[in-house]
Amino acid sequence: MTLAEMQFVPPDLRLASAEIFMLAMACLILIVDLFVKDKRRTVTYVLTQLTLVGATVVTILMTTGQIVYTFSGMYVGDLMGDLLKVFLYITVMVVLFYSRGYVLDRPQMARGEYYTLTLFATLGMMVMISANHFLTIYIGIELLSLSLYAMVALNRDSVSATEAAMKYFVLGALASGLLLYGMSMIYGATGTLEISGLAERLFSGQANRTILGFGLVFLVSGIAFKLGVVPFHMWIPDVYHGAPTAVTLFIASAPKLAAFAIVMRLLVNGLLVASQDWQLMLLILSVLSMAVGNFAAIAQTNLKRMLAYSAISHMGFMLLGMVTGVVGGDARYALNAYSSSMFYILTYVLTSAGTFGMIMLLARAGFESDEISDFAGLNKRSPWFAAMMMMMMFSLAGIPFFVGFFAKFSVLQAVVAAGYLWLAIAAVFFSLVGAYYYLRVVKVMYFDPPVHTSRIEAPMDVKILMSANGLAVALLGVFPQTLMSLCALSLLRSL
Amino acid sequence: MSGTPLLSLAIWVPIFAGLVVLLTGSDRNAPLARMLALFGAVAGLLVTVPLYTGFDMTTPAMQFVELAPWIPRFNINYHLGVDGISMLFVMLNSFITVIVVLAGWQVIDNKVAQYNAGFLIMSGLLNGIFASLDGMLFYVFFEASLIPLYLIIGVWGGPNRVYAAFKFFLFTLMGSLLFLISLIYLFIQSGGSFSILDWHKMPIAMVPQMWIFLAFLVAFAVKVPMWPVHTWLPDAHVEAPTGGSIVLAAIALKLGAYGFLRFSLPITPDASHELSGFIIALSLIAIVYIGLVALVQEDMKKLVAYSSIAHMGFVTLGFFMFSALGMEGALVQMVSHGFIAGAMFYCIGVMYDRVHSRLIVDYGGVVNTMPKFAAFFMLFAMANAGLPATSGFVGEFMVILAAVKFNFWVAFAAASTMIVGAAYTLWMYKRVVFGAVANHHVAELTDINMREFLVLTLLALGALGMGLYPQPFTEVMHSSVNELLRHIAVSKIL
Repeated sequence: MTLAEMQFVPPDLRLASAEIFMLAMACLILIVDLFVKDKRRTVTYVLTQLTLVGATVVTILMTTGQIVYTFSGMYVGDLMGDLLKVFLYITVMVVLFYSRGYVLDRPQMARGEYYTLTLFATLGMMVMISANHFLTIYIGIELLSLSLYAMVALNRDSVSATEAAMKYFVLGALASGLLLYGMSMIYGATGTLEISGLAERLFSGQANRTILGFGLVFLVSGIAFKLGVVPFHMWIPDVYHGAPTAVTLFIASAPKLAAFAIVMRLLVNGLLVASQDWQLMLLILSVLSMAVGNFAAIAQTNLKRMLAYSAISHMGFMLLGMVTGVVGGDARYALNAYSSSMFYILTYVLTSAGTFGMIMLLARAGFESDEISDFAGLNKRSPWFAAMMMMMMFSLAGIPFFVGFFAKFSVLQAVVAAGYLWLAIAAVFFSLVGAYYYLRVVKVMYFDPPVHTSRIEAPMDVKILMSANGLAVALLGVFPQTLMSLCALSLLRSL
Repeated sequence: MSGTPLLSLAIWVPIFAGLVVLLTGSDRNAPLARMLALFGAVAGLLVTVPLYTGFDMTTPAMQFVELAPWIPRFNINYHLGVDGISMLFVMLNSFITVIVVLAGWQVIDNKVAQYNAGFLIMSGLLNGIFASLDGMLFYVFFEASLIPLYLIIGVWGGPNRVYAAFKFFLFTLMGSLLFLISLIYLFIQSGGSFSILDWHKMPIAMVPQMWIFLAFLVAFAVKVPMWPVHTWLPDAHVEAPTGGSIVLAAIALKLGAYGFLRFSLPITPDASHELSGFIIALSLIAIVYIGLVALVQEDMKKLVAYSSIAHMGFVTLGFFMFSALGMEGALVQMVSHGFIAGAMFYCIGVMYDRVHSRLIVDYGGVVNTMPKFAAFFMLFAMANAGLPATSGFVGEFMVILAAVKFNFWVAFAAASTMIVGAAYTLWMYKRVVFGAVANHHVAELTDINMREFLVLTLLALGALGMGLYPQPFTEVMHSSVNELLRHIAVSKIL
């Protein structure tokens, strides 16, 4: 490459305006917070929510519907990314909304850092979603992870939270190392770090398959850690359990969207040619996750821990869709399979946010309400919220008319269409196992007498949002078409 | 009449009524909740009446068809319609819902609104199952109907209710998950259609037919329930409140049998013929062995639960002999069992409400204190034993007649139920109702009140009416049954 060719092309900043806006606002809020005297941090909180609203507006306004690259091909804007980002903002807004009361009850957490860290984590996820370059992905992951480590440890007097943060940090750093190592090997095999360029190199056959294979193993391990699937799941139960519920809610929802995005970017956009190899790896991860997640969840008495294992099994189920995209070199089913996974992840995030939100709705100062037995007799205390929680449990178990059923259905039809009948049978078997522990939560709420008799005290707006969340689970279960076709459309325009 | 979406009304009127009942909230408004529930149930029954009066008996085609796209992404349609087979069950279900609301009128004093709403919503979902012509729509209703029954057993059930509720839910879910995979498989094989009617016409090779048949069998056998996957039923029946038992016996058990007619037989006719011997054997085991098991029960509800399994054995036996007589007999048996088993459970409920025991030994001489009740109980016990002039006789007799033509020894085994069935039912009746007054509980019994009298009269009208004049029931099913038999006589293997 001669000097004349190395011209500086100014990047099209408009495409990344949402990220730039988020970064600017996060820094601004960091400074503004220094001057906030109020213990409740209302100004910080409102500014954070406004930032997310602003980012939503910017993202929607900037949507082109085409695949566009900027920053010398390090950044990609497409409809899938935009859709995931909008869902991301909404999720984070909902998370902050639910957490508001919980955070106020715990002085250690009610600091400006909680909000700025949330925004930086969100920025990290936005970068992950729009990455078209290994380094961009890595930067995004690190920005997200470092923010999350700090958030888990935010309640610094809590031993379990500190332990969880430590565990998360050590294992997370290891996973990042694996990912980076895999990336370097793939760079060695193909000579490029750019994801769309990678696909071209691989397609024309100029890659060392052995090194590529090794790189792929490390790459998939790193991704599996971020997704939290077996055998890279060890951090999930401890972090979910140990972290303050507000942070658990955050970890359990939004990062799943970003993790899905990097699976799509790295494996589908970049390494589709090697799909034979990574599909097999994901297949094993998926079946193991459904098995371990569902069986281990049965033994839990802590609701957060149970939901952690349930998250593992759900990520396993979601991966089924990623496994069945290419059959014998034929990518005919890819759109169907990947869009069903996307639908699965979106609806899972919706339901997961609701369940953790419910835990916080019942929590008070000095009382976490995260044991399953804390939900005993909820139907006596509040029939409405018991019904909401019941709908979310049945949705997670995959019973119609709740959206979880259609999520499972769409993945299963992709699996059967690809000819993996045995896999579909294994998946429904593990769903049956899973139904048991979701039913147990319903049993505790409806069949058992209440242990606590106090009224549920939560601000009206949280109650309304909680109800909207529960009703959305039911409503999307009756009318899933719009979201399904939105997923399909966004992938059609992005692949 | 053609413009009114009658089937949609039959589904959504009870569900909507159930949601309205839920809004009445706490037990302070219990009287209002009961009135609203009764109103909803009666309205739900009334909207099904035009289904019968407007029914065209000459055609086997689906009637009152409604078709609208639901999830175009997977070509799933909101496709409803009934033929001579399913129409009766929509009506039976709506009728039983009224009975159930009346049955729980005084007994249920805890979370009244939720109780009644549960039954109303379930009634709508069950109507949805019988009226669905789209595989996914069927499945969604089929599975969703587990939720209300799970809650009803678990919240208002007996001491061991949690175990029974879980067993019920997980057993039936286990069956239906394989069913889901078969539906998806058929969807893909048919090139993207979930229409049950399309699947009826679709040719399928023998090996997949066998697998599909077996997957269907697991789902429906659990629901019927057939021996050896029947064990959830006695538990569920014993622990469920009276209303739950009535719906379970009268309607929920019919879902499995209905599934055979709508799915197994027409979609996989060759496999059905191939495996009919197996099904007949299972049916005979249910009839003979479960009949003997019923004989030794000490708990009245358990006894009737086992007798239900034996009676449902007749239904599956009737289906798999592939004759018009057998199939119509089985259908009559299904409807009749709805009245009789519902009534039997109601009678036990009436006694349980007063004495709080279901054990036969805690009773004796009930006729002395409850003469009116004893007369009704007598009628239903006789009907359960299959006495001529009751509806129990008609179905069993038709099936046995068909069995004689099919194979003498099958008929012989099936006919043994006439003796065993009479033995366990009448022996129980004798021990409970006749003899000297057994204890002070029985001595303090009060006879049935107006409401109980009304419920028992309605059920007695059903059981007797169908026994004396079964033609209104059989004539609507003729052309559909004949068409079904014609259809399954033709091989689908290309």
